Amino acid sequence: MSTDNKDVLLDIKGMVIDGFSDEKWHEIIKGVDLTLHKGEVLGLIGESGAGKSTLGLAAMGFARPGCRLTSGEIWFDGVDLMKEPEVTKQKLRGARIAYVAQSAAAAFNPAHTLMEQTIEAGVRHGLVSAEEAREDAKKLFAAMDLPDPNNIGDRYPHQVSGGQLQRAMTAMAMASRPDLIIFDEPTTALDVTTQVNVLAAMRNAVEQFGTAAIYITHDLAVVAQMADRIKVLRYGVEVEESDTQTMLTNPKEEYTKSLWSVRSIEKEADGQGDKILEIKNITAAYGKIPVLKNVDIAVPKGKTVSIVGESGSGKSTTARVVTGLLPQLEGEVLFHGKALPARLKDRSKDQLQRIQMIYQMADTAMNPRQTVGEIIGRPVEFYTGLRAKAADQRVKELLEMIELDESFMDRLPGELSGGQKQRICIARALAAEPELIICDEVTSALDQIVQEGILKLLMHLQEELGVSYIFITHDIATVRAISDEVVVMYQGEVVEQGGKQEIFSEPHPAYTELLLASVPEMEIGWLEKTIETLGEKRAAMG
Amino acid sequence: MSTSEGYSAKDEVGQVRTRRTWRQRAWIELKKAPFTAWLGMIVISFYLIVALFAPIIAPYGEAEITPIPYAPWGGEHMFGTDQIGRDILSRLIFGARNTIGIALATTFLAFLIGGGFALVAAISRGWVDQILSRVVDILMAIPSLIFALMLLSIFGSNITSLIIIIAILDSTRVFRLTRAVAMNVVVMEYVEAAKLRGEGLGWVMRREILPNIMPPLVAEFGLRFCFVFLTIAALSFLGVGIQPPTADWGSMVRENASLIQFAQFDLKAGITPLLPAAAIAILTIAVNFVVDWFLMKTSGLRDEH
Repeated sequence: MSTDNKDVLLDIKGMVIDGFSDEKWHEIIKGVDLTLHKGEVLGLIGESGAGKSTLGLAAMGFARPGCRLTSGEIWFDGVDLMKEPEVTKQKLRGARIAYVAQSAAAAFNPAHTLMEQTIEAGVRHGLVSAEEAREDAKKLFAAMDLPDPNNIGDRYPHQVSGGQLQRAMTAMAMASRPDLIIFDEPTTALDVTTQVNVLAAMRNAVEQFGTAAIYITHDLAVVAQMADRIKVLRYGVEVEESDTQTMLTNPKEEYTKSLWSVRSIEKEADGQGDKILEIKNITAAYGKIPVLKNVDIAVPKGKTVSIVGESGSGKSTTARVVTGLLPQLEGEVLFHGKALPARLKDRSKDQLQRIQMIYQMADTAMNPRQTVGEIIGRPVEFYTGLRAKAADQRVKELLEMIELDESFMDRLPGELSGGQKQRICIARALAAEPELIICDEVTSALDQIVQEGILKLLMHLQEELGVSYIFITHDIATVRAISDEVVVMYQGEVVEQGGKQEIFSEPHPAYTELLLASVPEMEIGWLEKTIETLGEKRAAMG
Repeated sequence: MSTSEGYSAKDEVGQVRTRRTWRQRAWIELKKAPFTAWLGMIVISFYLIVALFAPIIAPYGEAEITPIPYAPWGGEHMFGTDQIGRDILSRLIFGARNTIGIALATTFLAFLIGGGFALVAAISRGWVDQILSRVVDILMAIPSLIFALMLLSIFGSNITSLIIIIAILDSTRVFRLTRAVAMNVVVMEYVEAAKLRGEGLGWVMRREILPNIMPPLVAEFGLRFCFVFLTIAALSFLGVGIQPPTADWGSMVRENASLIQFAQFDLKAGITPLLPAAAIAILTIAVNFVVDWFLMKTSGLRDEH
């Protein structure tokens, strides 16, 4: 797409943004330029901490609390936002510049209907009357492909699904027909099968209204579908920028190439081995709501079984049954052929020790008030009875196993990066010297390069220690990388299971088909192609 | 191709804070403290010093009777004497000791009872939580001053029963707050991880939950202290609190209350009953200043950018 003749809408020059931490101001964005033409979509990618969100917000002349716009120019349609008073900027926001946040669920006010919130900005800015705004919102809901566009506005945020909420939020952003929309990781929290439709709807809306957009994400395949041009950021500086086609086929910088090739790891699948854990005919429910129906899964010793499915499919519930957090109603969990007591309280320390768990959000899985030494040291002391020096020694060994060193001992979780946090959680699980580790979405909150590091570490540990994994994920690429066997779950039931090769080769049950087809690929035009075929696949599921 | 060229988990950027001792951290915070907080802290320290060194500072003994009742201000008795000739200044000073001491003991006990049960309720949930919470609801439904009056007349008003009764009544508020904040922490995965490890209730309470709910509890401690101390003063004023000859501000107000009608003849005499009342008021305000600052710091609420 040629951008040469279009007018420049946004021109950021030499942007420097500082953040406040540890009693000092630090530079987060170190002099970045950004140019956006009318009707153009710019993808902003980078790992977390690269400063992409901060830069995105700066495009509105806004700095988060604890940040300040230090120097540079932000020219929006001929006005330098750096020099304008707050009042002027507020008039622009919501009217000419709109923002779509990552978590629509957190961004909507649960006490008001979608309609009230959608029309709020336009009415407040005095652009339209409430009546007109309502009519217009219905059109936008239709444009965003929301079901029953005439009435959906009367619902409250909790009455619609996550994907619908994200679309409603885009409709809200579109309500004032802004010149620029900033999408900040809008689909990151969604399932792949939902993500495709949301992406398509957003893409259509942006094209239909000729809106310029900045699309912030860490998912390359997604950005390839959305953006005309891509800019890569790292540590607050620009790595490179070019149009999407060039960026995909011919990236210049080493760093960009490494981002592109991350998804290439794959281990040889091998499902042989004695069964260490067998889940037999498990049925479980939260209160009266059934979540698992007759689930059978077996885990071979020293191997990895991946459980895939979208949210609500019962993957995590299966983990809760295995760990004893949710006693099953029927069926049994066999560990080395012996049934485990259903309830956590009834299990012996030895049984607890052999099955460990690693969580998705390392942030909430570690006590923020304990140091790394205490976090890893406690299970060492608790299970192995080592004390004082011997325990310290063991903690150091564990830190080395996860490729960190003893300088981390007295750090608090808040002082670690996302990847390091997850490594500490792995070390905590290893400290118990377990035979089985349940990994619940352990990489999904991480950047791709960091993900790769964690996956390699897990595989390496498996070779070394012979530990088995149950790997719960919604990410197909991760499944390809790490698993020996795959279990596909949908609505609390196992749809398909078997060796990795079998699962990834035809023919599939309808749901597996849909799931595999929904995974974005790094290829321009994938979205358009896929969206046509997905309809049939959904229909096939009934 | 090597994808992780130059990548090392160790070098990932995490924000490592400069290592500081708690003294350095405290000093940094104090330097940024607003004027009101400083004022509050100075006043509180003044009260504490007076309370600790009462026997040295006070010119007369706590219950020492001098020959002249209702002596005017000035001369040998800076603030005069009361109805049986006890030095008002000395009793104010000893009053600080008794009132603050008893209030502190009561508040600690209230936190021990309320906080302990709240953590048990938050962790166990289910029927344990239901029973504890409903008992607290029942206790809270009865007006606490009247309830305290009743209990004190049943068990007799000595200092021990005073402390226990007020502590139990106040622990209901502590229970509510602690349970509410602990509920937010209990659902965290690190608490679940500790349970999965097989840790006992005590460990989960002390090591996993308590450190994470300290800020609101410390603030509540300050406020609760004020309330306890006002309750004691009120009970003493009503005659069922701290018993004579022990000096305390609440009963001092009552004993000298009649002096207020002489204000038209001798203004200073009229002010006398207001002195212990002022002592109560100033301490309450000072504690609130400090608590406000602390809450602002820990809750992330900001008045300005």
